Order: sequence, then C-alpha cells, then structure tokens
Amino acid sequence: MANPMKQKVLPLLLVALAAALPFLAPTYYVQFSTRVFLLGLLAMSLNLVVGFGGLVSMCHAAFFGLAGYALALASPQSGPASLWLTLPLAVGVAALAALAIGGLSLRTRGIYFIMVTLAFGEMLFFLFHDTQIAGGSDGAYIYFKPEVAIAGVPLIDLENPRTFYWVALGLLVVFVMLLKALTNSAFGHALVAARNNERRARSLGFPIFRIRLTAFVISGALAGIAGYFAAAQYGFVAPQLLGWHLSATILVMVVLGGMRTVTGPLIGAVVLLGLEEVLKALTEHWKLIEGLIVIAIVLVLPGGVQDLADRVFGSATRRVDEPRSRPEKPAVPPGEPAAATREVEHA
Amino acid sequence: MDFLTFAVQLLNGVQYGLVLFLVASGLTLVFGILGVINLAHGAFYMLGAYVAYWITSYTGSFWLALLGGVAIAFVVGLLLENVFIRRMYGRDHLAQVLLSFGFILVIDEVRQILFGKDVHSVATPDFLRGSIPLTDVLSYPVYRLAVSLFCLAIAAAIFFVIRYTRIGMIVRAGAENREMTRALGIRFDAVNRYVFAVGIVLAALGGIVIAPISTVYPGMGDSMLILSFVVVVLGGIGSVAGAAIGALLIGLADTFGKVFFPTFSSITVYLLMALVLLWRPNGILGKREV
Amino acid sequence: MPEIALRAGALEKRFGGLRAVSEVSLDVRIGEIHAVIGPNGAGKSTLINLLSGDLPVTSGTITIGDHDVTRLGPDRRGLAGVGRSYQKTTIFPQSTVFENVRLAAQARSQKPLRMFTHALADDSVNLHARGALQKVGLEHRADAVAGFMSHGEQRQLEIAMVLATDPVIILLDEPLAGMGQSEALGVIQVIRSLKDGRAVLLVEHDMDAVFALADRLTVMADGRVIGSGAPEEVRNDPAVRAAYLGHGDH
Repeated sequence: MANPMKQKVLPLLLVALAAALPFLAPTYYVQFSTRVFLLGLLAMSLNLVVGFGGLVSMCHAAFFGLAGYALALASPQSGPASLWLTLPLAVGVAALAALAIGGLSLRTRGIYFIMVTLAFGEMLFFLFHDTQIAGGSDGAYIYFKPEVAIAGVPLIDLENPRTFYWVALGLLVVFVMLLKALTNSAFGHALVAARNNERRARSLGFPIFRIRLTAFVISGALAGIAGYFAAAQYGFVAPQLLGWHLSATILVMVVLGGMRTVTGPLIGAVVLLGLEEVLKALTEHWKLIEGLIVIAIVLVLPGGVQDLADRVFGSATRRVDEPRSRPEKPAVPPGEPAAATREVEHA
Repeated sequence: MDFLTFAVQLLNGVQYGLVLFLVASGLTLVFGILGVINLAHGAFYMLGAYVAYWITSYTGSFWLALLGGVAIAFVVGLLLENVFIRRMYGRDHLAQVLLSFGFILVIDEVRQILFGKDVHSVATPDFLRGSIPLTDVLSYPVYRLAVSLFCLAIAAAIFFVIRYTRIGMIVRAGAENREMTRALGIRFDAVNRYVFAVGIVLAALGGIVIAPISTVYPGMGDSMLILSFVVVVLGGIGSVAGAAIGALLIGLADTFGKVFFPTFSSITVYLLMALVLLWRPNGILGKREV
Repeated sequence: MPEIALRAGALEKRFGGLRAVSEVSLDVRIGEIHAVIGPNGAGKSTLINLLSGDLPVTSGTITIGDHDVTRLGPDRRGLAGVGRSYQKTTIFPQSTVFENVRLAAQARSQKPLRMFTHALADDSVNLHARGALQKVGLEHRADAVAGFMSHGEQRQLEIAMVLATDPVIILLDEPLAGMGQSEALGVIQVIRSLKDGRAVLLVEHDMDAVFALADRLTVMADGRVIGSGAPEEVRNDPAVRAAYLGHGDH
C-alpha cells in the first residue's frame, strides 16, 4: 500500500524546494527552470490526449504557439497589455483551434489521426510563416510582459524573473491538481476506458467522440496557457513555436517521463531539457546525440524513466495504482502470424 | 490566365504531382505492407538531393549521382531495416513516430556536419537541357518532361512488380493474409528488408530528380514529408492507386494555388485535405465502413 | 402477454452486392430467451451487429419498446436499453474486475461524465457494480486484473458488465464459444437467470445449451429466416432440417 505520508509529504517538499530556488540559484537557472515548467505544462496537457486518451496528437505545439501569437498581436508596442484581457483571449483562440482541429481529426483513427493532426499543425505553421500576420518567418516581439493590475495598481510584476518563476510554479501546481481531479473523475475514467477498449466503451453507452473532443479542447486550452506565458517569457514569437518538431519533442517528454501519470511528462521535460543543457555545453552537434538518445529510449526503455527506475531500484519506485509499464510484446515482423495488434481500430 | 500559361501550369502541376507520387508511394508501401510509420521519409528525400549535389559537384555527372544515390539509399535502407525497423513491427504508432523522429534529428545533424546549412543547386544534365517549344513564344523545359516520364515509368514498374512478379505476389499475399503465407513457407524477413529499402530509395529518388528543378535546401525534407502524408491520407493508406490520385490532386492544387493565392498556397493544400476528410474519413480509396 | 422489448422488422444488410441479412423480422419478449441458430455464414453475426448498432442497416426497422432506434449508433442504442456481449470477449483487460463493472454502471448513472469529483466516490454506482458482480458470482474476484483471468471468468465478467447497465434487452453473441463442459454449465445458469425481468437474444452454436435455454427459436440460413417458433416445433420442421442439418453442422 502506498505510504500516504509519501503521497502527501513528498510533493509538498518538492514544491517548497522549488519555491526556494530563486533564493539559492543565479538568475540564469531561475529562468531556465521557468522554461522547463512551462514546457512541462505543455507536455502534461498533451498527455491528457496521448497517455490518457490514447490518441497520438502531433499538433499540440500549434495550440501553444497560437496563444503566444495571440498575445503578441494583442500587445501594443508602447506598453504592456493587460493580462486579464489577453490571457482569456489567447486561451480562447487555442481552445477554438483545438475544437476545429479536433472536430475534424477525431473523425479519423489510428495512423490517419497522427497524420491529420500533423498536417493541421503545419497548416497553422504556414499561416504564420507565409503571411505577414505577425512578421512572417521573422516572428514578432512582445516588448513588455503582460501587466497584472487592478484599477492601475500592479499586483504582480512579471518583468521580474523571480516573480515570473513563482507564477510559473504556481501554474504548475494548479495544473497538476486540475489534471489529477480530471483524470480521477468519471470523465477521466471514461476517457481511459475509450482508450483501453473503444468498442466496449461505446457499447456501454459512452459518447466516445464527445469525450475525446472534450479532452482535446481542454488539452488545447491548457497548452494555450503554457504558450501564453512562454511567449511572455521569451518576449518573442516565431512560427517554429507552432512547428511539428516542437510537437514531436513534447511527445518525447511525455514518453520519457511516463504516459500513465499526470506528472510523468513534467519529469520528462525536466530530464530532456536538462539533458539538452548538458549536451549543448559539450558539442554544437548536440541534436545528433539527442536523436540517438531518443532512438535508444524507443528501443531499450519504452516505458521511459519509469522503466529505468524500475530496473535500477526495483518496485519501490512504482506507485501501487500504476500498472507496470506494459511489457512490449516482442516485435512481430510482417509476415509472421500476427499476434500483436497495432491498430486501435476495429472492423 | 490565357490558355498557354494554363497549359504550362498544368504541366508543372502534373510534374510536381508525379514527383509527390514517387515519394508518397514509398511512404504508403512502407506503411501498408510493413505497418510502420516513418516520419524520416522526408529526411531521406532531402538526403537524396544533397547526395545528388555532392556527387555532381565532384564528378560533374548527374547520371552517376542518380545511380550512386539510389545505391546508397538502397544500402542504407537495408541496414536501417536490419538494425532498427525490424524491432518496430507490431509496436504501437507512438513508438514508431518517436523512433523516426530520432532518425530525423540524427540525419539533420549529419547533413549539417557534411554539408552545412547551405543552399545548393544542381545543374541539369546536358542531355536533358533546353526546352521544347510549345508556341512561338512559349517553351517547356525538357528536363521537367523527362522527370514526369521518369516518375510514370517508376509507377508502371511498381505496378508491374506488384501485379506480375513472384515477389509482388508474396508482398500482396503477405498484406492480405500473413498466417497463410507464412504457413506456405515464404520467408518474410528478406522481403521486409527489400520493401523498406525500396521505400527509402523512392524517397531519395524524389530528391535526386527534383534537385535540378528546385534548390537543395535543409528544410526541403519537412515540406515534402507533410505533403506526402497529406497525399497518403487523401488516397488511403496502403493504396498506391490512391496515392497517385492524391498526389495529382495535391500537385495541381499546390501549383495553381501558388498562381492564384501565392501567400495562401500551402494552406490551400491542407484545406483540401480537411474537405476530403469530411467526406471520406479513411481517404478517397480507403476502407469505407468505419 | 409479456411485452415486446425488441422488435426487428424486415431487416436488410447488403455489403456491396452481397446480401448478408435479408427480410429478417423477429421480436424478443421480456422474460424469454430467444435463440438464433444457423450454419456458418447464415448471417447471425451480422444480425446481432445490426441489433446492437455496431453495423448500420441497409433497410428495415429496429424498435426498443416503442422507441425507434434504427438510426442510433451503439452508444445511444446502449443508452436506450441494449446490452451485448461479443464473440471475442470485449472487456477492459488492463483494469480490475471491479473497475470493469463500475465503468458499466457509471455509463448509466445520472452523470456519467462528471468532471471534478472522484469517480470512485459515487456510492450508488459502486453499489450497483457490486450487485452485478454478485449476480454472476464474481464478487470474490473484484480485485483481479481482468486480462489475467480465465476465458470463462472473462465471459462472466462481460455479462456482469452488461447487467450493470440495466438493459431491457441483452444480446449474447456465442457466449459459450471455446468453453469446457464445466465452465459452460456455470455460464448456462447465469444466462438462464438473465431473462428474469429482461429479454434475451442468444446466438449460439452449442445445441445442448440452446435447447436447454431457449423459450423460442429462430433458424437462419443464407441471411434469411427459415423457421421460427417453439424449439420442439422448429426442430421437427422439415425445411429447417433440410437447410440447416444439410450443411453438416453440429
């Protein structure tokens, strides 16, 4: 039985430690951590659809980037924009895009879904890359961080990296609580049921399309929140924020950290971005090494760091409610009697 | 737009569509027969173009580049299948997506190391230089016509092999009923290896033949990848005929899109895909009953 | 006269040129087990798929009570009172036995998709699930992972899930397939108990089970109904004997 002390105390300890970081580390690391948190948010939002929903979406960066662009377009050059106005706008845009893309893509299954989401993501990329909506391929600047004020009285100063960090940490805590509540709810259970056996879930009476679309839109909105603050942090948006390379990178984080839990992808973000920092310091061709690591993970550690922890530490690191990462069936070459099923779709 | 300009654009659209078909057919074969989604397909297209540039700049011969590129692609394909791809059969799509993404990262960086970020051009082979006059004032480049014919020839060859040869029969049988074919003693390991290698060759071929027409640049793999996916989605996975229809549609849509809505041309393609999917969620020639 | 729970009228299903089901009409009453038999290729599987909504009809009607469900997909038909088991046991193998049934009960609860309260906190759903497990005799296995159970137990679980949705008509697609003697006896008992307060349509190849359970029998061949009525009558009908037994089936 999982130690309830461990379940409650450990996270509190981690949050407290994290909150103390700005007092312990130089600004560079504070800003780096903010970046990690925001990408972790993006990865966790994607996981609602991928890990819990069982749908491999390749366009989530588009929701992230759209929100950023919304902020850029709504930000005047001469002063800060109001957070109260621009945040809902950005999230609204991202959610709307998720509704449109999800509405169309969720009509397809399996491999088609992957390719369709990829293509829609690219469509949005080209929308900003080829047109002059916001600087085209050059991107656009956000000269002032959004202002958080009531009646002209500033409440939070986002220009201060420490404050920004705490805001990002706060968002993280809220996101995790929200996603945990969602995945533990009746809705969450139904989403997972649809992933585990779509035919049976439908036969029981669950409206599969509606459930998945809802998850997709929520996920897109959360990605939008992450994108809004990421754009605010960089002070700059470019089409690459919408590109499929970023979408694939977050997917790596999700798998790396563990798809079956809410916080897994956050761990994946920490590990991947940490790794990148180390590699970047070693060689300018760090992408090559990262590529090799990704390949290695897929071949050797399909369950991500959970797998690694399992092997090194035994079952102590596994939470009791998590099934052990499903042992991959041995690869069945085409032509062999097909024991494995690749496709989720049923005849 | 007058008729002649229309005719030229039509020819361009068809030629582009045929190259798209060449590349997309590789993608749809690998997925349809091996069940593996390969995001790095575009990267091999890009590599084909860079290798063509490299060989032509060293030897001055485009034909060497063609032969050399195909040979290299074939060998690389065999190696990759043997070492990596055969571990991916039966695994879920997410794993395949990530593996191929890893490939892309590696290939991109290798290209960076070997060729840098430079944009290159490849000279049209002497034999195929010049243009065919269509009217007093308008003429059409011979090379483009040659490319179209070449792609048609490859398409015919694929069709022929799949329909009329022993290997094609094995491939079709395997795609339809694996257990039975296996029970008949047919060894699939070798066939799988060749199918994957051919898939890679088709992608690289696309890059090689397109090199003299368009520039050789780092991002060319990405755009081709997405377009091939759109073609495959439109035409239905595993359907080579569907890929042909999809490729021509996209080729024409993109070419005419660039003429009429230059800024929005890329978007037109995806819009087309969205509309088709509303009508047929499994592609034009894909399975009907969901 | 017990009411008719499910009525199918002139059902037709064509796949291209192939007529899988043609002019099939039947009804199932509350409190009865109506078995459908026939040789392979008779169209029984297609029929069950049409009734559950897994396949759309080409023409014909299907009504549940007085509610026309012909155009409804499997999920809405499920909500309308249809429960079905599949030839290939269709459960959630990664989840526990209890979670499987709990999900079924959740699907029919007042708020099946509630978002912020914990799913396991819903007492009425939990109670309902336990009740369904008791009815099939699986409550001692509540914490077992469904995918690791024996074939027979998985079948029982599937029936429990169907029960948990409070169906008015239960469609059973070859529930005894692949079962040994003793397992089958247990499942037969469970099936017999299902008809209490509900209508049951049973598609089965096991003739002993069919004659032990069926209150009414319909025989299909080549997509059509060739006989229907009390089991003994149908058994002795010459047309049925010719068409069915002539196919050399067990």
